[in-house]
Amino acid sequence: MKVALFVPCIVQDFQPQVAQATARILARAGVSVHYPKGQTCCGQLQYKSGNWKSARAVARHFMEVFQDCEAVVAPSGSCVNMVRKYYPELFRDEALWMDRALELGKRVFELTEFLVGVAKVEDLGARWRARAVYHDSCQVYRALGIHKEPRALLSRVKDLELVEMEQADVCCGFGGSFSLQFPAVSEAMVADKVAHILATGAELLISAEISCLMNIGGYLLKQGHRVQAVHIAEVLAHGGE
Amino acid sequence: MRVRSLEFGQRAQEAVLDQQLQRNLQRIGVRFKVGRDMAFAALEDPEGLRNLGRAIKERSLANLPHLLETLEAKVKEAGGTVHWACNAKEACRIVCDLAKQRAVRTVVKGKSMVTEEIGLNQALEAEGIEVWETDLGEFIIQLAGEPPSHIIGPAVHKSKEQIAELFAEKLGSPKAQAPEELTKIAREKLREKFVKADMGITGANAAVAETGSIVLLENEGNIRLSVTAPRIHVALMGIEKVIPTLEDLAVILALLPRSATGQKLSSYTSIITGPRREAELDGPEEFHLILLDNGRSRILADPDRRQSLYCLRCGSCLNVCPVYRKVGGHSYGWVYSGPIGAVLTPQLVPARLARQLPFASTLCGACAEVCPVKIELPKLLLTMRQRLTEDPNFDGGIPLLVRLAARFHGWLLTHPRLYRLAMDGARAASRVLVRDGRWLWLPPPLSQWARNRHIPTPARPFSSTWPKLKKELVQGGEGA
Ligand code: SF4
Repeated sequence: MKVALFVPCIVQDFQPQVAQATARILARAGVSVHYPKGQTCCGQLQYKSGNWKSARAVARHFMEVFQDCEAVVAPSGSCVNMVRKYYPELFRDEALWMDRALELGKRVFELTEFLVGVAKVEDLGARWRARAVYHDSCQVYRALGIHKEPRALLSRVKDLELVEMEQADVCCGFGGSFSLQFPAVSEAMVADKVAHILATGAELLISAEISCLMNIGGYLLKQGHRVQAVHIAEVLAHGGE
Repeated sequence: MRVRSLEFGQRAQEAVLDQQLQRNLQRIGVRFKVGRDMAFAALEDPEGLRNLGRAIKERSLANLPHLLETLEAKVKEAGGTVHWACNAKEACRIVCDLAKQRAVRTVVKGKSMVTEEIGLNQALEAEGIEVWETDLGEFIIQLAGEPPSHIIGPAVHKSKEQIAELFAEKLGSPKAQAPEELTKIAREKLREKFVKADMGITGANAAVAETGSIVLLENEGNIRLSVTAPRIHVALMGIEKVIPTLEDLAVILALLPRSATGQKLSSYTSIITGPRREAELDGPEEFHLILLDNGRSRILADPDRRQSLYCLRCGSCLNVCPVYRKVGGHSYGWVYSGPIGAVLTPQLVPARLARQLPFASTLCGACAEVCPVKIELPKLLLTMRQRLTEDPNFDGGIPLLVRLAARFHGWLLTHPRLYRLAMDGARAASRVLVRDGRWLWLPPPLSQWARNRHIPTPARPFSSTWPKLKKELVQGGEGA
């Protein structure tokens, strides 16, 4: 199977190691990975800030870039949800593009969803010695319904002790432009999240959503907590062979 | 009620710093959310019931003019009077006129969000009429001179200590601490008013067209008294509250208390049809129903926003909203708060006065997960954002500069090479501003974000490392 890597804009320029890890895992799962040229972003920021006209242009571009791909995999639930759920919404009045959106939506997968559901691999031979806690991102869990897959994958990581935190599914307060427009509220929300993380005594915070990680990880770092925030791809690609 | 929604950012910031408020808000989760989840888990088919509830609202609103006419005819048949009010001013005038014509001096009120919406208390007081809120929560905030902060718990933002202090100050009562004591003090105070009052005003949780009845749910029994003790009963409701039959009501009655407080049924459910009849001992001599539009038919006419009228005002979207639970109801600056408030307020007041509200959400979706009639709140919030930003007819007021920046960013994203160039340029520029992995300077609003959060610095983009990685993967026999 040939899989196209969709590298979200934040990953491309700020967290490239997440995309690298994603490519490695996919290769390890036995699929051939390629990286379509010309990809930029899914248009989520445009859409969620109310600029649907711009979002449509970005979405069309996205669909052209990925149109011939058998499967598209991204290390971000929110970007996948954007394509799958909101593209059809954006093109409600343009039948042709709507069809394309619906069709592509079926071939776009969040990483853990793809590994467990499509490639049918859970054990990627990874190893990481740590006590870890998994954060259910709203977009991964509530929007896409992905809850068991990441836990199944993490349970196969050697030496990783996975614990659960209280209110794992409560929002971390990022919400894209929300955290820029209302920084104080967002900060109060992430402070709650961090308190729950610290209460577990975990050394590692894992999530399948890069934006949550930027928010929670950024807070952990600035407040001087020793918990490391990593994307699930980084864990699954770690120390294996 | 004055719209203060433009102050959301400022008030929200104050709210998160208010330690007492934070403690008070924390209890909401325990009090309501847990009960709600348990009540629904105990149902055989909770999803089926919610679907049924939604279907009832869909059907009722699709058929609204007809239902309202039936309701009017049935109310008349039962001896009541129906009034139609286009807006807040009209509704207030109708009530004030009724009160003046009948020489009403004192009014007792049952909890009603719609009377808050139209500012009825102020209007009556301006006519020299005394108004007493009889719901304990409403009574508390009336004493405090505050608007409600929650759809079903108007005083949920206050602790019992704060309430005890308020009572001591305003009613001269001893500083009692136990909630039962406080309830007793309020009850004694209100009892005199019930006896004195000539008019009782309530809202309506629903109205049944087939029988011409209005339905009131409550736990304290005071609404019941407001309805029966005075000689005139005036009920106010938004036109969207009407449902066709008693059978439909059974569904609403199963959903509403479960969502609101986790109860199977509220302590009191009153179904009122017309005034007292000849042989009856209880009930008012006159019954008036005011049907309020106040922007609702405009919402009804818009298929994209219509579902905002399905709301039963149960408040559970507030209880689970992580933003509401941090900022409290007053931050929203108008009657309705939380997710449904963020959707409704810009539709019911001039949109530009509430333009921040639809953006004051992380779109986490917790609200939609609990809504008893499955209102797609995130979708509505997104629709409202689009209207505010793009629709020239929607009086939005998003600054031009913000809109232009978004458009430019969108344009860049459809031109991959230029986008790459821009990002490379930004990275080069950032080198000057980054020392040891930390930013020396950031523009607002990023600077505020970064106050307590580390912001990552641009790295070598993935695309430039891909060719090497690809080779490595192929050589490693790992596909690609
Ligand atoms: S939107 Fe739904 S959850 Fe929120 S108050 Fe209305 S009925 Fe209740």
